Amino acid sequence: MKPRVEKLAYVPLRRRIAVPILAVVIALLIMGMFLWINLKSFSDVLTAYKEMFTWPFSPQMGFFDTLAKMVPLLLIALGLSVVFRMRVWNIGAEGQLYLGAMLTTWGALYWLNDSVNPWLAVPALLIIGSAGGALWALIPALLKAYLNLNEIVATLMLNYVAYHWVNYLIYGPWRDPKGYNFPVTALFPKTTWLPKIGGLDIHYGLVIALVIVVVIYLLCYRTRWGFQVKIIGDNPTAAEYAGIDIRTNIVLAFAISGALSGLAGSIQMLGIQHRLLHGFSPGYGYTAIIVAWLARLNPWAVVLVSFLFGGLLVGGEQLQIVLRLPVSMIYILQGIVLFTLLAFETVARYRIHFVKD
Amino acid sequence: MEILASTVAAAVRSGTPLLYATLGEIITERSGVMNLGLEGLMLIGAITGFVGAYMFQNPFIALALALLVGAVLSSLHAFVVITLRANQVVSGLALTMLGTGVSGLVGRRYIGEVAVRFKEIKIPFLSDLPFLGKCVFSHDLLVYLSMALTVAIYVFLFKTKAGMALRAVGEEPSAADSRGINVFAVRYLATIIGGAITSVGGAYLSLAYTSMWIENMSAGRGWIAIALVIFSAWGPFKGMIGSYLFGGVMAVQLRLQAGGKVTVSSNLLMMLPYVITLVTMVLFSLSRKFRKGLGAPAALGTAYSREEKT
Repeated sequence: MKPRVEKLAYVPLRRRIAVPILAVVIALLIMGMFLWINLKSFSDVLTAYKEMFTWPFSPQMGFFDTLAKMVPLLLIALGLSVVFRMRVWNIGAEGQLYLGAMLTTWGALYWLNDSVNPWLAVPALLIIGSAGGALWALIPALLKAYLNLNEIVATLMLNYVAYHWVNYLIYGPWRDPKGYNFPVTALFPKTTWLPKIGGLDIHYGLVIALVIVVVIYLLCYRTRWGFQVKIIGDNPTAAEYAGIDIRTNIVLAFAISGALSGLAGSIQMLGIQHRLLHGFSPGYGYTAIIVAWLARLNPWAVVLVSFLFGGLLVGGEQLQIVLRLPVSMIYILQGIVLFTLLAFETVARYRIHFVKD
Repeated sequence: MEILASTVAAAVRSGTPLLYATLGEIITERSGVMNLGLEGLMLIGAITGFVGAYMFQNPFIALALALLVGAVLSSLHAFVVITLRANQVVSGLALTMLGTGVSGLVGRRYIGEVAVRFKEIKIPFLSDLPFLGKCVFSHDLLVYLSMALTVAIYVFLFKTKAGMALRAVGEEPSAADSRGINVFAVRYLATIIGGAITSVGGAYLSLAYTSMWIENMSAGRGWIAIALVIFSAWGPFKGMIGSYLFGGVMAVQLRLQAGGKVTVSSNLLMMLPYVITLVTMVLFSLSRKFRKGLGAPAALGTAYSREEKT
């Protein structure tokens, strides 16, 4: 009897679901080892795990915070799932988020006046934010579509540009004169604030995001366009032979992704911070990449994964407070999750099976 | 004239980390593997180098440690991408995140500390030459090493059989395989060595360019290096020119920020290297548009397998 490794022709659903779950579990265990080295006490590590898993999910504690963090991750990851499906690598979601926030800030402080009806103001600002993100994404989109420019480097460069641009604005022309010299803008007028849902501590951005989940699902799985996108990703040569216009689709997909990232930025401004400030995003644009990949680009899975990652971010903040752990731990965890995911993704496609000699 | 000399000297110093990263990635990509984790590798190299210098008071030991750690991390990427044949873009991003996170975590306690560094070497006659003396002959060991490495890599890639094997693996791995070249071994070596060299570039930042650790001190140089590899058509000498040019941009930007005739907001100036990288990419693509291809190794980014048709 000797073992033979065989590639599976079809990977069953059980395995496909087990892969991301296992990846996260293993990653958490590895993080536990890091924690142990850092904290030197096993009981401290157990405390850390307990905090991380209970705080973000209990309604009296961090649950609504988790929902609040889920919204931008959900929106951005949905957008990414569209472009990634085409194998177009939009790493610029963070910059598109920033541009969305920037334009929303401009709209709230300098374009609308204080007495505009909130029913007009909020949607208008959300649209401007989405447009901002879409426009920022359009730059690398056109460059890739027509010049075959490497979109990974282009989007990354634009991330840095967006970051410094926002810094320029909040340290300079947009700085709040009453803000004691902190790098923040003035507070937005109350008419622009996104209201909370009923008596709960979460804003309507959540509802908007969930609606978009359905929209994206329909777009990707129930329209001809969604099918074209998938073909372009799987086999661009076949797509060309089938007469699919690859260039237009690249631009369109990128624009959608940018718009959703911009919308996320807009919602952060109108629902959470109500002003543009330094460091308003703990890297949502990058974390969303992991969310999208972990969810295997499936919109329903993205909802679940973004909720869990929202919990992870909230849990991480708790660890910072309770155990004085640095924020880099979360980056490390994300990197490990991605690696374990990649490893298991591949391993799941094979099985070992014993044959008689 | 004095200002020009010191600017050129600054350009060389500023471009050296870019050069290391570009050279490392040229080797890796020439074998067909894309390593997008350069930013993470540079940060890991920087923190490892700094910690090594701090703990052992010896920059050479620090350098060796940085090389080692860079090699280890790159082997993780190599395993995932070559043996497991996973997506190279995502794996590179994961490496970047890991490198950024680990360097931030370890570096926390070293913020504000100072350690030994590589000092400028005075060459007896050459350092005193009027213009070139300052620009070219008054640098530290790592700068000269990078220049030597450029030549060595050129010779290796284009004048040796081993280099040809590497290039063959990157262009048409199945053909190389049928000639008896071990594609996997070549790719592993290329990825690990390339990553180690990039790590040295990061170590340069904390051991010679400055002698301290600042969080995220590579400031996107890893990503700029990836663009540089494309501009240099995967050739070491063009990579060197590109690195020094971009080093020059970063040096000029620092000078402008420090004040003087031009008063532009420091934040706007900080955009400069990234905008210039993007503009250069555009110009480069425009000029190549009418010539076939970019010169990329044909099998870049695709995993190799004997059984499957991919």
